[in-house]
Amino acid sequence: MADVTMRIWRGDSSGGDFENYTVDLSEGEVVLDIIHRIQATEAPDLACRWNCKAGKCGSCSAEINGKPRLMCMTRMDQLPEGPVTVTPMKTFPIIRDLVTDVSFNYEMAKRVPALLPPPMPEGGYRMFQEDVERGQEFRKCIECFMCQDVCHVIRDHEENKQHFAGPRFFIRYAELEMHPLDQNDRRDLIREEMGLGYCNITKCCTEVCPEHIHITDNAIIPLKERVVDAHYDPVAWLGRKITRRTKRSAAEAAVQPAP
Amino acid sequence: MTAVESSTKVVLGGTRGGPEAATLRQDRWWLQPVITVSVLTAFVIYSTWAAFQNRYYFVASPVHLVSPFYSPCLASTCTPGSKIGFAFSGWTLSPALLILIFPLGFRLTCYYYRRSYYRAFWWSPPACAVSDAHGAYSGETRFPLIMQNLHRYFFYAGLVFNVLLTYDAVDAFRQSGGGIAMTVGTLVLCVNATLLWLYSLSCHACRHLCGGGVKSFKAHPLRYRFWKFLTPLNVKHMNFAWASLVFVALTDVYVRLVASGALTDYKIF
Repeated sequence: MADVTMRIWRGDSSGGDFENYTVDLSEGEVVLDIIHRIQATEAPDLACRWNCKAGKCGSCSAEINGKPRLMCMTRMDQLPEGPVTVTPMKTFPIIRDLVTDVSFNYEMAKRVPALLPPPMPEGGYRMFQEDVERGQEFRKCIECFMCQDVCHVIRDHEENKQHFAGPRFFIRYAELEMHPLDQNDRRDLIREEMGLGYCNITKCCTEVCPEHIHITDNAIIPLKERVVDAHYDPVAWLGRKITRRTKRSAAEAAVQPAP
Repeated sequence: MTAVESSTKVVLGGTRGGPEAATLRQDRWWLQPVITVSVLTAFVIYSTWAAFQNRYYFVASPVHLVSPFYSPCLASTCTPGSKIGFAFSGWTLSPALLILIFPLGFRLTCYYYRRSYYRAFWWSPPACAVSDAHGAYSGETRFPLIMQNLHRYFFYAGLVFNVLLTYDAVDAFRQSGGGIAMTVGTLVLCVNATLLWLYSLSCHACRHLCGGGVKSFKAHPLRYRFWKFLTPLNVKHMNFAWASLVFVALTDVYVRLVASGALTDYKIF
């Protein structure tokens, strides 16, 4: 067994600092194993959030050597030699040590207008396989919120949190916009209140996604193109006029069907 | 029906934690921006120089070769043989300046290049989890960056250019004295046209317009097939973007060297 030095951020909203821990390292261990060992031996009050330890619950998100990663899926032997730095997610308010308050995301989730299907036809709704497959990728999201954490729109500009949904919710909007049964039109809402225009497609969300969802290519850019259809494309506008299709306003779109 | 309370202020919950550092990354995150700046700067310097040269852009023999920077040659001052049917008679500057705005606009508004130059030149951000270099940020919500939404119009223009450059590539099989021939220059123009088609067809706007914009694939089977064909190309958009950029400059270099007499355009058959 070899020794490894862990530099772990300890603190809360009143401040904090790095503390170094030297621990034994066994073959095949992940960062979360080491955090647990530190809790068991040197620092029983070290706070960290975890649950499944299998990369499926999205609880143990942190920044390892400066990059957002799941602690349970980051093998120690794949990190470069030297001290390993573990810090809480920068974008969210700290609770204690490695635990952050991610309620920003739940606030943004509340604002997503739900699926608005047509009245149930006789025999029930039917969806075809090609349409089901399209949204399947987005449903892989485990809500680790690392895409939200790495997005510089809110990571480096706190003021943008008021009007920016973030990549995690853009994939939710994309899933709904691509749903063949959905009758809502969220394009005005996405542009005017959810801040799609703030995204400058630097693809960091895609880079950190542990589920390898192509957030930028398959969700954000298609949403941007749909907004172009609605607002910046006179040919599409003419097409709507000729075919007498309407474009719902943001106010109309932001209406949820009653439960 | 209940309205979503979208005007409510987001509850942030408290102050942030962690160290006050621009980044804690230990890898060479700066390498990618350095490479991007180097290649794009070299391309901009070379293409600007080439566009203002106004000579050595056409080869008449053994086959017709036109530099992609000067095709279509739309000025009446163009070298005989390089012109297409229509020409501006009053234009005295380099004919390249008449057309380069379209391929330039296509690349400037391209989703992939946006990612690259926002990172490398504007440092917004320079790399993932590295601090943005700007105090305030409005993204693409205001002028001039809101104009990035015009990408699809440059895509349409790019398609016209692809057709013309494909014509040039086919024309490069035509021997000056009659008959069919193939030279290294012919091959260069064919590869250039192919890469430009791949770059255009893999474009995100193209994928959206061909099928991505529909709500139901089942209701639009033909558009679904287009979308399905274009999606694997779209995955390689970055590769096609770089390959076509570098090769279009190399094509101009080749035509320039042959036209100036510094290089012989060897016949393959």
